[in-house]
Amino acid sequence: MIFWLQLKRVALLCLAAAMVGCASIPAGVQPSPDDPWEPFNRSVFEFNEGLDAYLLKPVVAGYRFILPEFVRDGIYNFFSNYNDIYTALYNLLQGKPGYAFNDFMRVAVNTTMGLGGLLDLATPGGLEKHKEDWGQTFGVWGVPAGPYVVLPFFGPSNVRDTFGTVADLESDYLFKYVKDVGLRNSITGLRVVNARNTYYEAGDLLDGAAIDKYSFMRDAYIQRRQYQINEGREDEEPVMPAYENQYE
Amino acid sequence: MKIHTTIAKLLAASLLLASGALFAQTPDQATPPDALIKMVVTDVMASVKADPEIQKGNIPRIVDLVEKKIVPYTDMRRTTEMAMGPNWKKATPEQQAQLTSEFKNLLIRTYSGALSQLRDQTVQFKALRAAPDDKDVVVKTVVLGRGDPVPLDYRLEKTDKGWKVYDMNIMGVWLIEAYRNQFANQISQNGIEGLVKFLQDRNKQLATAKPAN
Repeated sequence: MIFWLQLKRVALLCLAAAMVGCASIPAGVQPSPDDPWEPFNRSVFEFNEGLDAYLLKPVVAGYRFILPEFVRDGIYNFFSNYNDIYTALYNLLQGKPGYAFNDFMRVAVNTTMGLGGLLDLATPGGLEKHKEDWGQTFGVWGVPAGPYVVLPFFGPSNVRDTFGTVADLESDYLFKYVKDVGLRNSITGLRVVNARNTYYEAGDLLDGAAIDKYSFMRDAYIQRRQYQINEGREDEEPVMPAYENQYE
Repeated sequence: MKIHTTIAKLLAASLLLASGALFAQTPDQATPPDALIKMVVTDVMASVKADPEIQKGNIPRIVDLVEKKIVPYTDMRRTTEMAMGPNWKKATPEQQAQLTSEFKNLLIRTYSGALSQLRDQTVQFKALRAAPDDKDVVVKTVVLGRGDPVPLDYRLEKTDKGWKVYDMNIMGVWLIEAYRNQFANQISQNGIEGLVKFLQDRNKQLATAKPAN
């Protein structure tokens, strides 16, 4: 408990230092219309990168070393099944009853036959996995994304999704309503490690592929969120971006 | 009786052979885009799964596979041009060739790691939604395996040498679009020569780095 409090304090201190030290935009970087707060965002990005490199990633490496793959898969499936309950509700709120029914069926199958969610039998059974959250739901309702924001700890976001993340946390049973503080913290810690573990290899891949990781992540995030919001619309057509220099 | 079973066996064997030949069919200029993607992806997945060296992360071997089985069906020059945007015309023909080859190598290097991770994944091919006379189409697929399904779309253009892939969408993110700002920033900081040098350095660095895991 004390340890966690200390850790929190140290993290906040680092964050404050990072913001005061404000990493300015590297000279020559062209401002993006989606990112008016780039200097601030870059400093938070640097903070998150440090946090990941020195704390989260080593912890995940240990997690991978200690736990055999089938246990990690079980943990992953358990939280994935838990999230499916929310996804079903969000799909209902987004006016996608077909998706919502699919998601409810997933939960039903995986909670019973999948031993409380430790196994994912629904996916091979043909029930597609979806992922929804409050930010996407607001987006489907027509709320504009607003400027790009990098949140400490949570990473890439925008104004709409920041409210979305707060709503996600507020409505999250395991995070909000589990009475036992120790248990709740353990669950939250496990979820964070599990989430980081799912892109353990992809993270390295991104480092190799990026020319400027900050703008790579930003542009990818903006695209991906829009894609997620458009997903599952009745008139869904493949999105084909028009690049302005069509042919020499 | 005995002759009958022998004939039946022969027939079955030749049928198997025929279907094998059909399976290993290589795409040609007339192959429609969705069939092309299906052939290439099926072939690459089979090759990766059959090759323990690749699964161990033997990078030169993966690069070789990519060069032989994927690159012929892509148009990297077009990809690079689109990612460069208006800066493309400012580059000399020599720089354009350098950029194309370095960008290609960067993509091969980074994605070869992902290829070596292929194990029990399967690919679902979605029906093509395009008019018969379209010259620019998107073929949608989903990679299913451990973890969340990964939508993977390919954008192809009809050329006189058949359909060529020039852009890719991973989980909603188009490759070209993800590189446009990065390229533009690098160029406005260090010029086109600076971008060429950056890509060369990164590729050298990736070539000497030890393979992941």
